[in-house]
Amino acid sequence: MAKYKNYVLAQSLEEAYALNAKKSAVIVAGNMWLRMCGLSKQMAIDLSALGLDKIEEKEDAFLIGSMTTLRQMETHGALNAAFGGVFREALAPIVGTQFRNTATVGGSVFSRFGFSDVSALLLALDAQVVLFARGAVKLSDYQQEAWDRDIITHIRIPKGQRAAVQSVRVSATDIPVLVCAASVSDAGLRLVLGARPARAQIVVEHLAPDCGAETFEEIAARTAFGSNLRASEAYRRKIAPVLMMRAAKACREVTQA
Amino acid sequence: MSGKKSGRVIGGVGVPVPKKDAPALLTGKPVYTADIAPRDCLCVKLMHSPHAHAMIEEIDVSRAQKLPGVACVLTYKDVPGTRFTQAGQTYPEFSPYDRLILDRHLRCVGDPVAIVAAETEKQALAAIRLIKVKYRLLPAILDAREAMDNETLIHPEEGWRALVPACGADNRRNLVAAGEEAQGDVEAELAACDIVIDREYSTRANQQCMMETFRAFTRIDTYGRLEVVSSTQVPFHVRRILATALEMPKSRVRVVKPRIGGGFGAKQTAVCEQYPAIVTVKTGRPAMIVYTREESMTLSSPRHAMIMHVRLGAMKDGTIRAIDLHTLSNTGAYGEHGPTTVGLSGHKSIPLYTHNMKAFRFVWHTVYTNTMSAGAYRGYGATQGLFAVESAVNELAHALHMDPAALREKNIVREGETMPAYYGETAQSCTIDRCIARAKEMIGWAEKYPARTLENGHIRAVGMALAMQGSGISGVDTGAVMIRLGDDGIYNMSIGATDMGTGCDTILAQMAAQSLECPVDNITVHGVDTDTSPYDCGSYASSTTYVTGMAVVKTCEELRKKIVRVGAQLMGCREDEALFEGSCVKKADESKSVTLAEIANAHMTANAEDISACVSNGSPVSPPPFMCGCAEIDLDPLTGEVKLVDYTGVVDCGTVINPNLAMRQTEGGLLQGIGMALTECPTIDSLGRTVSNSFLQYKIPARVDAPSIRVEFAPSYEPTGPFGAKSIGECVINTPSPAIADAVYNASGVRVRDLPITAEKILLGQKE
Amino acid sequence: MNVEFVLNGRRVSAIVDADDSLYKMLRSLGMHSVKCGCETTNCGLCTVHMDGKAVLSCSVPAARCAGHEITTLEGMQEEAARLGACLAGEGAEQCGFCAPGLMMNVFALAKENPHATAAEIDAFLAGNLCRCSGYVSQRRAIMKYLEQVTGEVRA
Repeated sequence: MAKYKNYVLAQSLEEAYALNAKKSAVIVAGNMWLRMCGLSKQMAIDLSALGLDKIEEKEDAFLIGSMTTLRQMETHGALNAAFGGVFREALAPIVGTQFRNTATVGGSVFSRFGFSDVSALLLALDAQVVLFARGAVKLSDYQQEAWDRDIITHIRIPKGQRAAVQSVRVSATDIPVLVCAASVSDAGLRLVLGARPARAQIVVEHLAPDCGAETFEEIAARTAFGSNLRASEAYRRKIAPVLMMRAAKACREVTQA
Repeated sequence: MSGKKSGRVIGGVGVPVPKKDAPALLTGKPVYTADIAPRDCLCVKLMHSPHAHAMIEEIDVSRAQKLPGVACVLTYKDVPGTRFTQAGQTYPEFSPYDRLILDRHLRCVGDPVAIVAAETEKQALAAIRLIKVKYRLLPAILDAREAMDNETLIHPEEGWRALVPACGADNRRNLVAAGEEAQGDVEAELAACDIVIDREYSTRANQQCMMETFRAFTRIDTYGRLEVVSSTQVPFHVRRILATALEMPKSRVRVVKPRIGGGFGAKQTAVCEQYPAIVTVKTGRPAMIVYTREESMTLSSPRHAMIMHVRLGAMKDGTIRAIDLHTLSNTGAYGEHGPTTVGLSGHKSIPLYTHNMKAFRFVWHTVYTNTMSAGAYRGYGATQGLFAVESAVNELAHALHMDPAALREKNIVREGETMPAYYGETAQSCTIDRCIARAKEMIGWAEKYPARTLENGHIRAVGMALAMQGSGISGVDTGAVMIRLGDDGIYNMSIGATDMGTGCDTILAQMAAQSLECPVDNITVHGVDTDTSPYDCGSYASSTTYVTGMAVVKTCEELRKKIVRVGAQLMGCREDEALFEGSCVKKADESKSVTLAEIANAHMTANAEDISACVSNGSPVSPPPFMCGCAEIDLDPLTGEVKLVDYTGVVDCGTVINPNLAMRQTEGGLLQGIGMALTECPTIDSLGRTVSNSFLQYKIPARVDAPSIRVEFAPSYEPTGPFGAKSIGECVINTPSPAIADAVYNASGVRVRDLPITAEKILLGQKE
Repeated sequence: MNVEFVLNGRRVSAIVDADDSLYKMLRSLGMHSVKCGCETTNCGLCTVHMDGKAVLSCSVPAARCAGHEITTLEGMQEEAARLGACLAGEGAEQCGFCAPGLMMNVFALAKENPHATAAEIDAFLAGNLCRCSGYVSQRRAIMKYLEQVTGEVRA
């Protein structure tokens, strides 16, 4: 259980940022995973009063507040319409509706958990992380960084893409054994592998959407996989090309639809 | 004698009556242990061993004791020196007396090092962090195959005692049980067989995962006695266990069982009661322990992991002539249920194939290891043994190119046959042939066996397995029932059997209603209290409906006689002229009658005779329920993923007392079996730490994992059972693992002999 | 710290620690229907409504509830009796320990998608674990309840 002595409902991002500058502070988002880790902090900073729970459609992108719940994204009409229903499909296996009503996209992105379906999908969609101090950074860069003291205010997802996810799970609502997220845009096919079990990463970009099976074999061969309770490195390596091939195919089919 | 289904009764036998406690449970009333605990209970927490095998060299609790709110910190120096077992079994227990409340010698990761009680949970947890311990590490035995005669002894202590030496326990060999049973010359028969399937199978230490974790609270009652309110299946055993552990007279202990949030055998072991109990004894204060889910997954009473070597001999025509089974069972750090579970692996698998059997041999060993102590889990060894034997039968079918259903039909036990491998009992009621026929029909076996490929490349396949269990422990289990006639003719029924959500309160009331020819609402039932309830060994071993149910029948017989006697007195006639009619007693010639209310009320006025009855029941036999289960799976050949498409089960549990509740038992048991087969993977790491320590890491099925489970009954009539009933609770968990394993083989050519059946084992496995 | 919020339609206040959960606060206020079955957000037993949405009370910080509306099964007794009758009619409650959390999520389902198909019911309630029932009877009972809610008769 996480422990903290004080709880502050931040009234502004400035206040939250200033308070969070200290290592003894922690931002509370959905509190799903935070409460499970053994953290002991002086202060918890709650962002829930800052109106960061909105999904806004801009001309070239969707801007999603960091306190937006996974369930909001899963059920958001415009967001799903723009990306072929991929949020509905990708987020539905995550534990249960109550979990997704509480878990936030900011929490998922900040935590950078290897098993995150959310991170894998957002990486495939070339999302940007909008940070209070640093401004917008590419998720693919942010994903590689260590935890810092900045605060995620939004996630920005550029339009003009189609995406699909494929995963293998021990049970239907479990975290994935391996997840592959794919997107197709003018820049070609981008593939992301998550739950390797290390952090999700883009394994290829600018690929021809209709590339052949040997390409996926080759990508899998140069990607790092590991073992954990759910599966071995060898199993992940063997199914990776299958998931990539299926995700790419699903992407193509969405594009044509 | 076995109860008659005479006359129409509202809510009698065979009626799907809602459970008597349903309205309370479904409006969220405070009826479970933690809901009714006093608000000033001390919070009890345990400090757990981080090591699989260690000796406490030094322990310093001085800083913890000084923390505000801390009421006591107890170590091995503070507990009584009498060893006991936590197993909820009839005395003298087969399980050895091998544990203390706290011990210097720590035998598994999680073993309690200290007990802390404080005003709040936070204070108790903070105090634990202040306890300083110096451990001396000992070599740990984590593999059951290395345990027997290892130079490291897990229980070298002087005070270790086996109350039943016949089980072959020997702490100098890390053995909790060893034995052999045989009939005929199994080696000669196997040598004469055309084909012998010789295989090894293994199962893991599955967790019951009842939704309410282990918990109990204790206090000193009005009379200065220790009152224990516990979520337990075995209140009377808990009384004895605590009295032994605390070196108290049994008269000083009272155990109360409120509503329970599931048990499945987990709560047939007194996993947690001794901790708040000793706190209350030491401090005089009420104390409560509520296990976290992690504690419930790491220091509890899971299924015994077993390694089973089967040799199954048959002729070319498919007649099964001999079975040789060796089971190695891992009881973990302590011996709870170790000697008994292992027996069921043979006793409840081999007898299924009695029909053509010429010889059998069953050899067993149960060993200590430095892993969490195992306990009782629904199926209790039969589940493990049936995975092995049923898988071997399926393998035999493939080797002979026979339909596994046809192979079974040829060899299964028939009604009226004596089963030498089942204590020589006779199958007096058995419709297993009808179970097979109907389960096949329901799944569409004829069209679907063995497999077909779908357009998307996935493979659909079916598999089958049989199961049996017992109905109570013959010659041991005992249940008494007391029924009193009250104002206006109500009946108060007291039972010591423990409803753990299964609905036995209701089922037993239905039997009483049937016997007393009254509406079920006229029978009141309540929870168990060792001070006031009649003795019952508890709800386990599939005993309640069969053993305690028969006690209901017998009690009602006696009560009816008493009511008739008083009725006759009131009518001024002889007893043999009076008839019991449920709502009244009347003269056989119909010239006079007196209502039950008049009898009840009259007997409360200056009457010398109390109209109540209390009869106990035990059974010399344990008639097996039987079932057939068929699985249809969808296998993705490129990832190895298996989805359960459909599961059909047909059960012979004798007469079905409450169709709804029997059906829920079956559906629920099947799903637990499905989880065991596919997703539940108990795992320890190289240091003996349980990694599958939460619902995040131990995946029990969600409702999306098994959307179709279909159950029917093929009732037989068991002459020794109440209204012809046998048991249902455990038999139903046994078929999924072997049935799904065979479906997977039919789809992939890969035979998985070690549970669970994972996508990885299928994809990376060798095709046969 | 002091948290003021609306519990089952009534303004209440509670003294909590900064790191207390909504679950703990509700139990301390006598809301015994709210149960806890895990520490890892997997079981759904602690489900309550926060501003009309089903949430896991084990994960919502108590302090975050200030000014919000929280509803537990204690505050929905009439609906509980109605849905409860459907569940009891199937014997689907068994031990009953998971029932309050399940029922709160069924109420959320009835609001969001009262015409849910069997598969949609399963998907919506996937985060409500039950170890007793095998789930299929719960689905039948919930279908019956939704029929009552919507007045439509299903095949």
